[in-house]
Amino acid sequence: MTGTTTGKTAGTKTGTATGTIVVAGGSMGGLRAAEQLRAAGWTGAVTVVGDEPHMPYNRPPLSKDVLAGKAPFASLAFTPKAAAADVEWRLGTKVVAARLGERTVALDDGRTLSYDGLVVATGMRPRRLRCPGPLAGRHTVRTLDDAKGLRDELTGPGVRLVVVGAGFIGCEVAATAVRLGVAEVTVVDPLPLPMVGPLGELLGRALLKRHEERGVRFALGTGVAGFRGDGRVTGVVLADGRVLPADVVVESVGSVANVEWLDGNGLDLVDGVLTDDRLRVGGRPDVVAVGDVARFPNARYDGVPRRVEHWSIPTDTARHAAKALVAGLTGADADAAPGPFAPLPTFWSDQHDFRLQSFGVPGLGTDDVRVLDGDPEGDVVTGYHTGGRLVGVVALGGPAAATAAARYRAQLLKSPALTP
Amino acid sequence: MKVVVDMNKCQDHGQCVFAAPDVFSLDDDGRLAYVSDADEALRDEVEEAADVCPLQAIRIEG
Ligand SMILES: Cc1cc2nc3c(=O)[nH]c(=O)nc-3n(C[C@H](O)[C@H](O)[C@H](O)COP(=O)(O)OP(=O)(O)OC[C@H]3O[C@@H](n4cnc5c(N)ncnc54)[C@H](O)[C@@H]3O)c2cc1C
Repeated sequence: MTGTTTGKTAGTKTGTATGTIVVAGGSMGGLRAAEQLRAAGWTGAVTVVGDEPHMPYNRPPLSKDVLAGKAPFASLAFTPKAAAADVEWRLGTKVVAARLGERTVALDDGRTLSYDGLVVATGMRPRRLRCPGPLAGRHTVRTLDDAKGLRDELTGPGVRLVVVGAGFIGCEVAATAVRLGVAEVTVVDPLPLPMVGPLGELLGRALLKRHEERGVRFALGTGVAGFRGDGRVTGVVLADGRVLPADVVVESVGSVANVEWLDGNGLDLVDGVLTDDRLRVGGRPDVVAVGDVARFPNARYDGVPRRVEHWSIPTDTARHAAKALVAGLTGADADAAPGPFAPLPTFWSDQHDFRLQSFGVPGLGTDDVRVLDGDPEGDVVTGYHTGGRLVGVVALGGPAAATAAARYRAQLLKSPALTP
Repeated sequence: MKVVVDMNKCQDHGQCVFAAPDVFSLDDDGRLAYVSDADEALRDEVEEAADVCPLQAIRIEG
C-alpha cells in the first residue's frame, strides 16, 4: 500500500470483503472505526491517515490530569484491539482533497489513495479569536502538544491566567490551573453564567458559586475586544473597557470541523459533515462519518441532525457506521443491517473536586429544568424537560449524585422518541 | 475469559456497568466491583465495557 494509486474493486454483490477502506483522521474516531470494521467482518485492507504524529490518544485528560502534571503523556495512548493489528497507519500525513465520484483521496505528501470505502473521522480544531493583538502567550487545548506547551507556561511563579470561554474545557482548564497553584485565574465569557448554554441557569449558578469558592474569578457578560502586549500577550481588553492583566491566555471558544478536504463534492458541510440515520454521507453507500465531525439525526430525539462533541460518540458512531459501510460495500442490505442510529448521549466533566455527569440531551430541555434529587448546594441531580418529557439528566457532585443520575438514565432510555 | 481492571486508574465513571451489567457493578459507595472470571458468552459486552471506560482501565485476557 505504498504506490501512488492503489486499491482494488470492491467485491460488491458477492458478499466478499476485498478492497481498501481509507479512514481519514487518526484519533479516537479513526481507531474505533478501524476496529469496528474488523468486528463487522471487513477482511480487506484498512489504511488510517492521520495528520498528528502520534498514535491515537485520549483527549479528556489533556485539560485535567495532563495539565495538572498527574498523567504522563505516555499514559494517554489507546491500546488498539488485536483484531486491528494489520491496519496500516499513515501518521503525520494530511488528507488534502477527496473525489468521492472517483473514490480517491489526495494526501499532502503528493500521493493519491484509491478506496472502496471511506470513513470521515477528521474531528474538530479549536476556533480562534479574531481580534487585534499579539499571538505569543495565547493557547488552545486540543492536542497533546497544545497541553504540553500550556503546562510549561503555567508552572512559573506568579502566573496570571485568563481563560476566554466559560464552557466545559475553559472551566476545566481554570479548575486545573487553580489546582496547579496558578496565582490568578480569571474566566471571561459574554454569557452571564458558566456552561449555561447546555446546562441552563440552575446549574450555571451552582457551578459559578463552586468555582468562585475554589479561587476562580469570573468576568461574565462581556466579550474580548483585543489583546495587549508587544510581541507577547500582557493583558486582555474586554468589550466593557476593562483590561485584565495576563501572562498566559487560553482560548476555549468552540471548535471548527475539519471538513475542507471534502470541498467540491456537493456535500452539506455547514457544520461538520451531514449524514443520514445510518451515518452515511451524501446518500452514498461507500462513505460514512464518525466522531465529533459527524452531523447525524438521532432517532431518539427530534430528527434534527446535530454534531455531538462527547467522548462516547466516536465509539458509538464507529460501531454503527462500520456496519453500514461494510453492508454497503458487500452488497448486503444496509438499510436492514444496522437500523437507524439512536444513541443516548453521555458526557462527564471533572472540575476541582466535583464531577458533572450527563445523560441524554439537556440542551433540548433547558426551558424546563427541575431538581430531581438533592439540592444545588450539595450533590444534585437535575432534570431537563421539553413538552413535559424528560430529555436529559445531569448529576453534579460526588459518586452519590452519579449513582442517582444512573437511575434516571433508565427512564431516558425508555422515553419514546420526540416528534419532529 | 479473564477480566482485569486497573483499580489505580478506575475513577468510578460506571460506564462499564451500563455496557456489561452482568460483569460490572457499583457498590453503595459508588465504587466498582466486577467478576474477574467472566463467562465467554459475555465477551461482546465486556469488549464494549472496555471501549467505553474513560480511563481505559479494563483489559480482557485470553
Ligand atoms: C481538552 C479536551 C477535553 C475533553 N474532555 C472531555 C470530557 O471530559 N468528557 C467528554 O465526554 N468529552 C471530552 N472531550 C471530547 C472528546 O475528547 C472528543 O469528543 C473526541 O476526542 C472526538 O474524537 P474524534 O476522533 O471524533 O475527533 P478528534 O479527536 O478531533 O480527532 C480527529 C483527528 O483527525 C485529524 N485530522 C484532522 N483533519 C485531518 C486531515 N485532513 N487529514 C488527516 N487527519 C486529520 C486530527 O488531527 C485529529 O487527530 C474533550 C476534548 C478535548 C479537546
